Amino acid sequence: MFASLFIYPPSASTVAAEVDLFYWFLVILSLVLSVGIALALFAFALRYRRREGNEIATAVHGSTALELTWSIIPFGISMFIFAWSASIFFTISRPPDDAMEIFVVGKQWMWKVQHMEGRREINTLHIPVGEPVKLTMTSEDVIHSFFIPAFRVKSDVVPGRYNTMWFEATKTGEYHLFCAEYCGTEHSRMIGKVVAMEPADYQAWLSADNSPSMSGDTQRADLPPADRGTRVFSEQGCQTCHLQGPGGIGPLLAGTYGRERKLIDGESVTADDAYIRESILNPRAKTVAGYQQVMPTFAGRVSEEDLMALVAYIKSLGGAEEEAGGAVSQGGRPGTTDHGSAGDL
Amino acid sequence: METTERRVNYLNVDHGIRSWLLTVDHKRIALLYLASITVMFLLGGLFAAAVRVELLTPAGDLLQSDTYNKMFTMHGIVMVFFFLIPSIPAVFGNFFLPIMIGAKDLAFPKLNLMSWYIYMFGAIFTLAAVITGGVDTGWTFYTPYSSEYATSKVILPALGVFISGFSSILTGLNFIVSIHRMRAPGLTWFRLPLFVWAMYATSLIFILGTPVVAITILLVALERGLGFGIFDPTRGGDPLLFQHLFWFYSHPAVYIMILPGMGIMSELVTTFSRKTIFGYRAIALSSVAIAVISFLVWGHHMFVSGQSVYAGMIFSFLTFLVAIPSAIKVLNWTATLYKGSISLAAPMQWALQFLILFTIGGLTGIFLGTLGTDVHLHDTYFVVAHFHYVMMGGTVTAFVGGLHYWWPKMFGRMYNEKLATISSVLFFIGFNVTFFTQFVMGSQGMPRRYYNYVEQFQTLHQISTMGTWLIGASFLLMAGYLFSSLRSGAKAPANPWGARSLEWAIQSPPIEHNFHEIPTVQEGPYEFPTTVGPAKH
Repeated sequence: MFASLFIYPPSASTVAAEVDLFYWFLVILSLVLSVGIALALFAFALRYRRREGNEIATAVHGSTALELTWSIIPFGISMFIFAWSASIFFTISRPPDDAMEIFVVGKQWMWKVQHMEGRREINTLHIPVGEPVKLTMTSEDVIHSFFIPAFRVKSDVVPGRYNTMWFEATKTGEYHLFCAEYCGTEHSRMIGKVVAMEPADYQAWLSADNSPSMSGDTQRADLPPADRGTRVFSEQGCQTCHLQGPGGIGPLLAGTYGRERKLIDGESVTADDAYIRESILNPRAKTVAGYQQVMPTFAGRVSEEDLMALVAYIKSLGGAEEEAGGAVSQGGRPGTTDHGSAGDL
Repeated sequence: METTERRVNYLNVDHGIRSWLLTVDHKRIALLYLASITVMFLLGGLFAAAVRVELLTPAGDLLQSDTYNKMFTMHGIVMVFFFLIPSIPAVFGNFFLPIMIGAKDLAFPKLNLMSWYIYMFGAIFTLAAVITGGVDTGWTFYTPYSSEYATSKVILPALGVFISGFSSILTGLNFIVSIHRMRAPGLTWFRLPLFVWAMYATSLIFILGTPVVAITILLVALERGLGFGIFDPTRGGDPLLFQHLFWFYSHPAVYIMILPGMGIMSELVTTFSRKTIFGYRAIALSSVAIAVISFLVWGHHMFVSGQSVYAGMIFSFLTFLVAIPSAIKVLNWTATLYKGSISLAAPMQWALQFLILFTIGGLTGIFLGTLGTDVHLHDTYFVVAHFHYVMMGGTVTAFVGGLHYWWPKMFGRMYNEKLATISSVLFFIGFNVTFFTQFVMGSQGMPRRYYNYVEQFQTLHQISTMGTWLIGASFLLMAGYLFSSLRSGAKAPANPWGARSLEWAIQSPPIEHNFHEIPTVQEGPYEFPTTVGPAKH
């Protein structure tokens, strides 16, 4: 449609088509209603203008039937709109289970991206087309918002919590990436691009490693997140309490990801990304039943990127999908073999 | 009747600066507010002009980024808290509510004067921030940017907003008590002008909502000044808590800004079509319904913040519920014109603009209140355009319409109708040029609060900026003919428009105590003489 070229950015994700159809429905509805009102005003102002012979209005008594009609019809229309849009929102908010994961950390004023295979980039996001991609995002400072107009998706990136968003690109190409939540001086420079590639090209890009150097410990940062997590795990001495086998001061971590955990206050909670992050930073908030509240906080000692790496590591130890008993040696990631050395202690 | 020449009225009964600054006459207090909010409107407009001129080019070349951020922040703070919120209640509510209910003043005249002083005190705090370097958090003061990271003057304007909130609370209290206790004999609830109903609903929100935002903003100041930690995630706080608290007030505050405008609309539409309002009760009660439901929709500002999917759905659903009473009002006003005797005098021109612009503002609200499209449009220029259609196309046009309607009553002078028509046409064109383009930009994904932007948006930004020049011309012209009417305008009769409510039954300008004797009311406010059959033979 020509109009969509003019009014709308390119449509390049699976949800974009759904959102656009709904958008154009609303545009047409709005046009019909506002032009209708404007025409009625115009017609009345002309037809009943004050002039000789029409100095005095004609009595019109209110009409309950009419008022009911124009209360009930808008209500009906709005419920239809609500239901339609809620179903789209459901699609936008629920990443498919098989989505590939990418970590994003926002800070004033850049986007730091880390792929699971280890490659990192700044203000650019490379993704394969035809594959659902899930971003797990957090911020090091203020609230940002990750916005890709061509995909019709956006999510705030909030310090202290993991927000996720997902999309599946349908067309290769470069698309705008904007920060949509005002975040200070250079907010409008916190922009970049999303590069959607053929899956094979994406794989090639992943392995051609030329990640930007960000600090002295480039080596560690260049590892795949799960391996980096392994490293952080042992640097912070986590293995002292979280043993590889039973009997540790802290709970066994292998096989816990995505599972229900019973807490000491009788509640239970799913061990998802947010829970793991919280348990590292604020261990007393939701302690697992059967354990003492002795773990110190790691707030301020572990960076957001290292936290994400720890989450990836614990995830790599297996979880809900691989049924109980599949304790330590699953995952199949080459990096997780490092774990063995941690267990030696 | 004697001639209007030498009559004593509230303006000439007393002279000198003291007689104004210590007045307890609700009409004089209204004029004090009119002067103050006009200054604020001018300031807010200048900030907006700076923003729009910067956006003529994609590069940030006129202003530095920090300066730009301060400009849009001050534009928002000044316009929302110091113009829109007080505008109609503090000026026209103060002036006409007592007269419309047949009273000699509000219930608490001294409290009323105190409200103005509190407002001024708050305004001075805020302006002090401008002079000492400005604030750059956006008018929404989102944490943790405002509480920890911003390096600008956050505490001063935060206190300014906190202080001016008390002025709103006291005004609301004064109105509610007056409406309950001081109606003239025979003036039953359903004989009240709809403007009074709108003031009643607005006052409810003032009293119930303002304390929440006051505390919230104070918490930001305390967090910043004394290192509290309520919104700081590194110390167990939650930055989203701020958004919940802030929008719990600030969404109802949108209705603080629009309900009074709707009240004015009911007065204008009836008077200038000489016809009773279509569906009095529906309009009266829907104001109160809006006031109540508006407290339950704050989460629609947070669809992409990470709040739960189900919370998003409930807030979206409730948003539709609050939209319907507004739709009903628009249809009722339109139906009121049917078979009326319609005059297109200046106030009515603004009323018709309101109907068109507010309809567009309301309908584009659907795009944002529904979840599916909001994810894409949130925090883009679409939002900017939407709320300007509601707040400027709605509230400001209603305010200007009211100003033209009541000007003869307030000052006893008529203004130049021709110039008034030019001004309203200029505004209508300029407004749509400025803000309709922003709907398009927003749909294309142009984010808000950008001082430089990608080149593809330049043409639309330039068109938008040129529209603001027409708006500016419209207001300058208006200021010109309104001021000159005070000197050279024709003397206004008591009832130039043939309206039926009580303020038109007394002289223009009114005497100090409004009525020589308290009237007894026999009928509703819109009982215009009508013919039963077709008007033409």
